[in-house]
Amino acid sequence: MLAASGKLDRRAVVNALLADRGDLLVIAGLGAPAWDITAAGDCPTNLPLWGGMGGAAVMGLGLALAQPTRRVLVITGDGEALMGLGALATIATKQPPNLSIVVLDNEHYGETGGQETATKHGVDLAAIARGAGIADARTITTPDGIAPLREAIHTAAGPTLAVIKIDAANLPLKLPPREGAYLAARFREAILGPQAHHQL
Amino acid sequence: MDRDALEMRPDAAADWPDRIYAVLKAQNITQVALVPDAGHSRLIKRCLADNAITVVTLTTEEEGIALLSGAWMGGVKGVLLMQSSGVGNCINMLSLPILHRTPMPMIVTMRGDYGEFNPAQIPMGNATQTVLEAMGTLVRRADVPEDVEACVDATIRMAFNTYRPTATLLGQRLIGAKTFGKD
Repeated sequence: MLAASGKLDRRAVVNALLADRGDLLVIAGLGAPAWDITAAGDCPTNLPLWGGMGGAAVMGLGLALAQPTRRVLVITGDGEALMGLGALATIATKQPPNLSIVVLDNEHYGETGGQETATKHGVDLAAIARGAGIADARTITTPDGIAPLREAIHTAAGPTLAVIKIDAANLPLKLPPREGAYLAARFREAILGPQAHHQL
Repeated sequence: MDRDALEMRPDAAADWPDRIYAVLKAQNITQVALVPDAGHSRLIKRCLADNAITVVTLTTEEEGIALLSGAWMGGVKGVLLMQSSGVGNCINMLSLPILHRTPMPMIVTMRGDYGEFNPAQIPMGNATQTVLEAMGTLVRRADVPEDVEACVDATIRMAFNTYRPTATLLGQRLIGAKTFGKD
Protein backbone atom coordinates (compact mmCIF):
# COMPACT_ATOMS: atom_id res chain seq x y z
CA MET A 1 0.00 0.00 0.00
CA LEU A 2 3.12 2.22 0.07
CA ALA A 3 4.62 4.19 -2.82
CA ALA A 4 8.38 4.37 -3.35
CA SER A 5 8.42 7.53 -1.25
CA GLY A 6 7.26 5.52 1.76
CA LYS A 7 3.93 7.33 1.76
CA LEU A 8 0.60 5.66 1.13
CA ASP A 9 -0.34 5.04 -2.51
CA ARG A 10 -3.67 6.69 -3.27
CA ARG A 11 -5.02 4.01 -5.58
CA ALA A 12 -4.11 1.21 -3.18
CA VAL A 13 -5.81 3.13 -0.35
CA VAL A 14 -8.99 3.72 -2.35
CA ASN A 15 -9.05 0.09 -3.51
CA ALA A 16 -8.85 -1.04 0.11
CA LEU A 17 -11.51 1.40 1.31
CA LEU A 18 -13.92 0.32 -1.45
CA ALA A 19 -13.33 -3.43 -1.08
CA ASP A 20 -16.57 -5.36 -0.52
CA ARG A 21 -18.40 -2.04 -0.49
CA GLY A 22 -21.89 -3.48 -0.73
CA ASP A 23 -24.39 -0.71 -1.46
CA LEU A 24 -22.09 2.08 -0.24
CA LEU A 25 -22.74 5.31 -2.15
CA VAL A 26 -19.55 7.11 -3.20
CA ILE A 27 -19.16 10.71 -4.35
CA ALA A 28 -15.67 11.72 -5.49
CA GLY A 29 -14.35 15.26 -5.73
CA LEU A 30 -13.07 16.51 -9.06
CA GLY A 31 -9.66 15.49 -10.35
CA ALA A 32 -7.58 12.64 -9.01
CA PRO A 33 -10.14 11.32 -6.46
CA ALA A 34 -12.61 10.87 -9.35
CA TRP A 35 -9.94 8.97 -11.29
CA ASP A 36 -9.14 6.90 -8.18
CA ILE A 37 -12.68 5.63 -7.62
CA THR A 38 -12.93 4.89 -11.33
CA ALA A 39 -9.69 2.90 -11.22
CA ALA A 40 -11.21 0.91 -8.34
CA GLY A 41 -14.14 0.02 -10.60
CA ASP A 42 -16.67 2.32 -12.24
CA CYS A 43 -20.24 1.47 -11.22
CA PRO A 44 -23.67 3.13 -10.82
CA THR A 45 -23.16 3.76 -7.09
CA ASN A 46 -20.17 5.98 -7.96
CA LEU A 47 -20.73 9.67 -8.63
CA PRO A 48 -17.42 11.12 -9.82
CA LEU A 49 -17.59 14.91 -10.04
CA TRP A 50 -16.14 16.86 -12.95
CA GLY A 51 -16.60 20.29 -11.35
CA GLY A 52 -18.16 22.16 -8.46
CA MET A 53 -14.88 22.47 -6.59
CA GLY A 54 -15.54 22.80 -2.87
CA GLY A 55 -18.94 21.13 -3.02
CA ALA A 56 -18.25 17.39 -2.70
CA ALA A 57 -18.58 17.03 1.08
CA VAL A 58 -21.77 19.04 1.40
CA MET A 59 -23.23 17.20 -1.59
CA GLY A 60 -22.62 14.09 0.46
CA LEU A 61 -24.50 15.74 3.33
CA GLY A 62 -27.54 16.39 1.15
CA LEU A 63 -27.52 12.76 0.03
CA ALA A 64 -26.95 11.40 3.55
CA LEU A 65 -29.89 13.42 4.90
CA ALA A 66 -32.09 12.28 2.01
CA GLN A 67 -31.13 8.62 2.41
CA PRO A 68 -30.61 8.07 6.15
CA THR A 69 -30.56 4.28 5.83
CA ARG A 70 -27.72 4.25 3.27
CA ARG A 71 -24.02 4.77 3.96
CA VAL A 72 -22.47 7.69 2.06
CA LEU A 73 -18.75 8.17 1.45
CA VAL A 74 -17.20 11.32 -0.02
CA ILE A 75 -13.63 10.92 -1.26
CA THR A 76 -11.89 14.13 -2.13
CA GLY A 77 -8.54 15.92 -2.12
CA ASP A 78 -6.93 18.50 0.12
CA GLY A 79 -7.36 21.32 -2.42
CA GLU A 80 -11.08 20.63 -2.82
CA ALA A 81 -11.58 20.26 0.93
CA LEU A 82 -9.78 23.55 1.60
CA MET A 83 -12.06 25.37 -0.84
CA GLY A 84 -15.11 24.13 1.06
CA LEU A 85 -13.96 24.41 4.69
CA GLY A 86 -17.27 25.93 5.73
CA ALA A 87 -18.93 22.64 4.81
CA LEU A 88 -17.30 21.05 7.85
CA ALA A 89 -19.32 23.40 10.08
CA THR A 90 -22.48 22.73 8.10
CA ILE A 91 -21.98 18.96 8.32
CA ALA A 92 -21.06 19.03 12.01
CA THR A 93 -24.22 21.00 12.80
CA LYS A 94 -26.38 18.26 11.26
CA GLN A 95 -24.31 15.29 12.64
CA PRO A 96 -25.35 12.83 9.90
CA PRO A 97 -24.58 9.34 11.28
CA ASN A 98 -24.21 7.84 7.79
CA LEU A 99 -21.70 10.23 6.22
CA SER A 100 -17.95 9.72 5.98
CA ILE A 101 -15.46 12.04 4.33
CA VAL A 102 -12.02 10.90 3.24
CA VAL A 103 -9.50 13.54 2.22
CA LEU A 104 -6.65 12.15 0.14
CA ASP A 105 -4.03 14.69 1.20
CA ASN A 106 -0.98 14.93 -1.05
CA GLU A 107 -0.36 18.54 0.04
CA HIS A 108 -0.41 19.67 -3.58
CA TYR A 109 -2.75 20.79 -6.34
CA GLY A 110 -2.01 17.74 -8.45
CA GLU A 111 -4.03 18.59 -11.55
CA THR A 112 -2.56 22.04 -12.10
CA GLY A 113 1.16 21.53 -11.89
CA GLY A 114 1.80 20.39 -8.35
CA GLN A 115 1.59 23.71 -6.54
CA GLU A 116 1.65 23.40 -2.74
CA THR A 117 -1.62 23.55 -0.79
CA ALA A 118 -2.07 24.95 2.71
CA THR A 119 -1.79 21.46 4.21
CA LYS A 120 1.85 21.45 3.05
CA HIS A 121 2.32 24.39 5.39
CA GLY A 122 0.78 22.82 8.44
CA VAL A 123 -2.95 23.39 8.05
CA ASP A 124 -4.50 20.41 9.83
CA LEU A 125 -7.83 19.45 8.24
CA ALA A 126 -8.61 16.83 10.90
CA ALA A 127 -8.12 19.41 13.66
CA ILE A 128 -10.38 21.84 11.80
CA ALA A 129 -13.02 19.11 11.49
CA ARG A 130 -12.79 18.34 15.21
CA GLY A 131 -13.03 22.02 15.98
CA ALA A 132 -16.16 22.19 13.87
CA GLY A 133 -17.69 19.33 15.84
CA ILE A 134 -16.90 16.19 13.87
CA ALA A 135 -15.64 14.17 16.82
CA ASP A 136 -14.27 11.24 14.79
CA ALA A 137 -11.69 13.07 12.71
CA ARG A 138 -8.43 11.22 12.24
CA THR A 139 -5.21 11.52 10.28
CA ILE A 140 -3.80 8.35 8.75
CA THR A 141 -0.20 8.01 7.56
CA THR A 142 0.37 4.24 7.62
CA PRO A 143 -1.38 1.18 6.14
CA ASP A 144 -2.61 -0.03 9.52
CA GLY A 145 -5.10 2.84 9.67
CA ILE A 146 -6.95 1.84 6.54
CA ALA A 147 -8.87 -1.26 7.66
CA PRO A 148 -10.31 0.44 10.78
CA LEU A 149 -11.33 3.39 8.61
CA ARG A 150 -13.08 1.08 6.15
CA GLU A 151 -14.96 -0.41 9.09
CA ALA A 152 -15.95 3.06 10.34
CA ILE A 153 -17.24 4.02 6.88
CA HIS A 154 -19.72 1.15 7.10
CA THR A 155 -20.62 1.25 10.80
CA ALA A 156 -19.77 4.56 12.51
CA ALA A 157 -22.55 6.16 14.56
CA GLY A 158 -21.66 9.72 13.63
CA PRO A 159 -20.03 11.64 10.81
CA THR A 160 -16.38 10.80 10.29
CA LEU A 161 -13.56 12.58 8.53
CA ALA A 162 -10.22 11.01 7.74
CA VAL A 163 -7.22 12.81 6.32
CA ILE A 164 -4.99 10.27 4.61
CA LYS A 165 -1.50 11.50 3.86
CA ILE A 166 -0.61 10.10 0.44
CA ASP A 167 2.22 10.12 -2.07
CA ALA A 168 2.01 13.14 -4.38
CA ALA A 169 2.73 11.37 -7.67
CA ASN A 170 0.24 11.87 -10.50
CA LEU A 171 -0.90 8.41 -11.59
CA PRO A 172 -2.13 7.42 -15.07
CA LEU A 173 -5.52 8.93 -15.86
CA LYS A 174 -8.49 6.61 -15.39
CA LEU A 175 -11.40 8.71 -16.57
CA PRO A 176 -15.05 8.04 -15.72
CA PRO A 177 -17.84 8.84 -18.19
CA ARG A 178 -17.98 12.61 -18.83
CA GLU A 179 -21.70 13.00 -19.44
CA GLY A 180 -23.09 14.39 -16.18
CA ALA A 181 -26.70 13.61 -17.02
CA TYR A 182 -25.75 9.95 -17.43
CA LEU A 183 -23.72 9.86 -14.22
CA ALA A 184 -26.56 11.43 -12.25
CA ALA A 185 -29.31 9.30 -13.80
CA ARG A 186 -27.53 6.02 -13.18
CA PHE A 187 -26.67 7.08 -9.61
CA ARG A 188 -30.27 8.03 -8.87
CA GLU A 189 -31.59 4.82 -10.41
CA ALA A 190 -29.16 2.80 -8.31
CA ILE A 191 -30.59 4.48 -5.20
CA LEU A 192 -34.25 4.90 -6.10
CA GLY A 193 -34.93 2.27 -8.73
CA PRO A 194 -36.78 3.01 -12.00
CA GLN A 195 -39.00 5.43 -10.08
CA ALA A 196 -36.00 7.79 -10.11
CA HIS A 197 -37.01 8.98 -13.56
CA HIS A 198 -40.62 9.81 -12.71
CA GLN A 199 -42.19 12.60 -10.70
CA LEU A 200 -41.43 12.76 -7.01
CA MET B 1 -41.57 50.45 6.34
CA ASP B 2 -38.46 52.39 7.23
CA ARG B 3 -36.53 52.99 4.02
CA ASP B 4 -33.36 53.73 5.98
CA ALA B 5 -33.39 50.46 7.88
CA LEU B 6 -30.24 48.37 7.50
CA GLU B 7 -32.39 45.28 6.98
CA MET B 8 -35.84 45.23 5.51
CA ARG B 9 -38.46 42.67 6.38
CA PRO B 10 -42.10 42.27 5.45
CA ASP B 11 -44.66 43.98 7.62
CA ALA B 12 -46.20 41.65 10.17
CA ALA B 13 -49.50 41.73 8.31
CA ALA B 14 -47.99 40.58 5.00
CA ASP B 15 -48.97 36.97 4.43
CA TRP B 16 -46.95 36.15 1.33
CA PRO B 17 -44.24 34.34 3.34
CA ASP B 18 -46.98 32.01 4.60
CA ARG B 19 -48.16 31.48 1.04
CA ILE B 20 -44.61 30.54 -0.01
CA TYR B 21 -44.57 28.03 2.84
CA ALA B 22 -47.87 26.60 1.59
CA VAL B 23 -46.37 26.20 -1.90
CA LEU B 24 -43.35 24.37 -0.46
CA LYS B 25 -45.70 21.99 1.33
CA ALA B 26 -47.90 21.46 -1.72
CA GLN B 27 -44.80 20.72 -3.84
CA ASN B 28 -43.49 18.20 -1.30
CA ILE B 29 -40.33 20.18 -0.54
CA THR B 30 -38.65 18.50 2.43
CA GLN B 31 -35.13 19.95 2.43
CA VAL B 32 -34.64 23.71 2.79
CA ALA B 33 -31.12 25.12 2.50
CA LEU B 34 -30.54 28.70 3.50
CA VAL B 35 -28.35 31.55 4.54
CA PRO B 36 -30.71 33.75 6.55
CA ASP B 37 -32.12 37.00 5.25
CA ALA B 38 -34.46 39.32 7.08
CA GLY B 39 -36.88 39.12 4.16
CA HIS B 40 -37.08 35.34 4.59
CA SER B 41 -37.25 35.32 8.39
CA ARG B 42 -40.94 34.46 8.66
CA LEU B 43 -40.68 31.69 6.08
CA ILE B 44 -37.59 30.33 7.84
CA LYS B 45 -39.52 30.21 11.13
CA ARG B 46 -42.31 28.25 9.48
CA CYS B 47 -39.82 25.76 8.02
CA LEU B 48 -37.96 25.34 11.31
CA ALA B 49 -41.25 24.61 13.08
CA ASP B 50 -42.09 21.86 10.57
CA ASN B 51 -40.77 18.41 11.53
CA ALA B 52 -41.26 17.19 7.97
CA ILE B 53 -38.76 19.75 6.65
CA THR B 54 -35.01 19.38 7.15
CA VAL B 55 -33.53 22.87 7.39
CA VAL B 56 -29.81 23.20 6.69
CA THR B 57 -28.21 26.52 7.57
CA LEU B 58 -25.20 27.03 5.31
CA THR B 59 -21.97 28.94 5.84
CA THR B 60 -22.14 30.17 2.24
CA GLU B 61 -24.86 29.92 -0.37
CA GLU B 62 -22.85 27.82 -2.82
CA GLU B 63 -23.03 24.99 -0.31
CA GLY B 64 -26.77 25.00 -0.92
CA ILE B 65 -26.34 24.22 -4.61
CA ALA B 66 -24.15 21.22 -3.77
CA LEU B 67 -26.35 20.15 -0.84
CA LEU B 68 -29.55 20.14 -2.86
CA SER B 69 -27.77 18.33 -5.70
CA GLY B 70 -27.04 15.56 -3.21
CA ALA B 71 -30.61 15.62 -1.91
CA TRP B 72 -31.95 15.22 -5.44
CA MET B 73 -29.64 12.25 -6.02
CA GLY B 74 -31.31 10.72 -2.98
CA GLY B 75 -34.84 11.45 -4.18
CA VAL B 76 -35.58 14.48 -2.01
CA LYS B 77 -36.87 17.81 -3.29
CA GLY B 78 -35.37 20.97 -1.84
CA VAL B 79 -35.22 24.73 -2.29
CA LEU B 80 -32.48 27.27 -1.58
CA LEU B 81 -33.45 30.47 0.25
CA MET B 82 -31.02 33.37 0.12
CA GLN B 83 -30.53 37.09 -0.32
CA SER B 84 -29.42 38.50 -3.67
CA SER B 85 -25.86 38.97 -2.37
CA GLY B 86 -25.66 35.20 -1.94
CA VAL B 87 -26.41 34.60 -5.60
CA GLY B 88 -22.90 35.81 -6.38
CA ASN B 89 -21.50 33.06 -4.18
CA CYS B 90 -23.34 30.37 -6.17
CA ILE B 91 -22.19 31.04 -9.69
CA ASN B 92 -19.54 28.39 -10.34
CA MET B 93 -21.37 25.80 -8.22
CA LEU B 94 -24.33 26.13 -10.59
CA SER B 95 -22.14 24.12 -12.98
CA LEU B 96 -23.17 21.01 -11.05
CA PRO B 97 -26.95 21.16 -11.60
CA ILE B 98 -26.41 22.14 -15.23
CA LEU B 99 -24.00 19.24 -15.75
CA HIS B 100 -26.21 16.74 -13.93
CA ARG B 101 -29.59 18.09 -15.12
CA THR B 102 -30.58 18.59 -11.49
CA PRO B 103 -33.66 20.62 -10.49
CA MET B 104 -32.44 23.61 -8.47
CA PRO B 105 -35.14 26.08 -7.39
CA MET B 106 -33.98 29.23 -5.60
CA ILE B 107 -36.06 31.86 -3.81
CA VAL B 108 -34.09 35.09 -3.60
CA THR B 109 -34.93 38.17 -1.54
CA MET B 110 -33.61 41.23 -3.31
CA ARG B 111 -31.39 43.95 -1.92
CA GLY B 112 -29.80 46.72 -3.94
CA ASP B 113 -32.94 46.71 -6.01
CA TYR B 114 -35.47 49.38 -5.01
CA GLY B 115 -34.90 52.20 -2.56
CA GLU B 116 -31.72 50.65 -1.18
CA PHE B 117 -29.97 52.37 1.72
CA ASN B 118 -26.67 50.45 1.76
CA PRO B 119 -24.31 51.23 -1.14
CA ALA B 120 -22.55 47.87 -0.78
CA GLN B 121 -25.77 46.09 -1.75
CA ILE B 122 -26.06 47.82 -5.13
CA PRO B 123 -23.42 46.00 -7.22
CA MET B 124 -24.65 42.47 -6.57
CA GLY B 125 -28.31 43.43 -6.40
CA ASN B 126 -28.06 45.11 -9.78
CA ALA B 127 -26.32 42.06 -11.27
CA THR B 128 -28.38 39.29 -9.68
CA GLN B 129 -30.72 38.50 -12.55
CA THR B 130 -28.01 38.91 -15.20
CA VAL B 131 -25.57 36.51 -13.58
CA LEU B 132 -28.23 33.91 -12.81
CA GLU B 133 -29.37 33.99 -16.43
CA ALA B 134 -25.75 33.82 -17.59
CA MET B 135 -25.60 30.50 -15.72
CA GLY B 136 -28.65 29.08 -17.42
CA THR B 137 -31.18 29.85 -14.70
CA LEU B 138 -34.82 30.62 -15.53
CA VAL B 139 -35.60 33.79 -13.58
CA ARG B 140 -39.01 35.22 -12.69
CA ARG B 141 -39.73 38.26 -10.50
CA ALA B 142 -42.42 39.06 -7.99
CA ASP B 143 -42.68 42.73 -7.08
CA VAL B 144 -46.21 42.75 -5.64
CA PRO B 145 -47.76 40.37 -3.09
CA GLU B 146 -50.29 39.07 -5.57
CA ASP B 147 -47.50 37.61 -7.75
CA VAL B 148 -45.54 35.77 -5.07
CA GLU B 149 -47.43 32.51 -4.81
CA ALA B 150 -47.73 31.99 -8.58
CA CYS B 151 -44.09 32.91 -9.18
CA VAL B 152 -42.72 30.57 -6.52
CA ASP B 153 -45.02 27.78 -7.65
CA ALA B 154 -43.86 28.24 -11.26
CA THR B 155 -40.21 28.37 -10.21
CA ILE B 156 -40.45 25.08 -8.35
CA ARG B 157 -42.49 23.39 -11.06
CA MET B 158 -40.13 24.48 -13.85
CA ALA B 159 -37.13 23.22 -11.88
CA PHE B 160 -38.56 19.76 -11.21
CA ASN B 161 -40.40 19.36 -14.50
CA THR B 162 -37.54 20.50 -16.73
CA TYR B 163 -34.40 19.64 -14.68
CA ARG B 164 -32.55 22.94 -14.36
CA PRO B 165 -31.83 25.87 -12.04
CA THR B 166 -34.72 28.29 -11.64
CA ALA B 167 -35.21 31.34 -9.42
CA THR B 168 -37.88 33.66 -8.13
CA LEU B 169 -36.57 37.10 -7.23
CA LEU B 170 -38.68 38.72 -4.52
CA GLY B 171 -38.30 42.43 -5.24
CA GLN B 172 -37.24 44.87 -2.57
CA ARG B 173 -40.41 46.82 -3.25
CA LEU B 174 -42.38 43.76 -2.17
CA ILE B 175 -40.29 43.06 0.89
CA GLY B 176 -40.63 46.59 2.13
CA ALA B 177 -44.16 47.13 0.90
CA LYS B 178 -47.16 47.28 3.15
CA THR B 179 -50.10 45.02 2.57
CA PHE B 180 -52.77 47.70 2.26
CA GLY B 181 -56.00 47.01 4.02
CA LYS B 182 -54.40 44.70 6.56
CA ASP B 183 -52.76 47.25 8.84
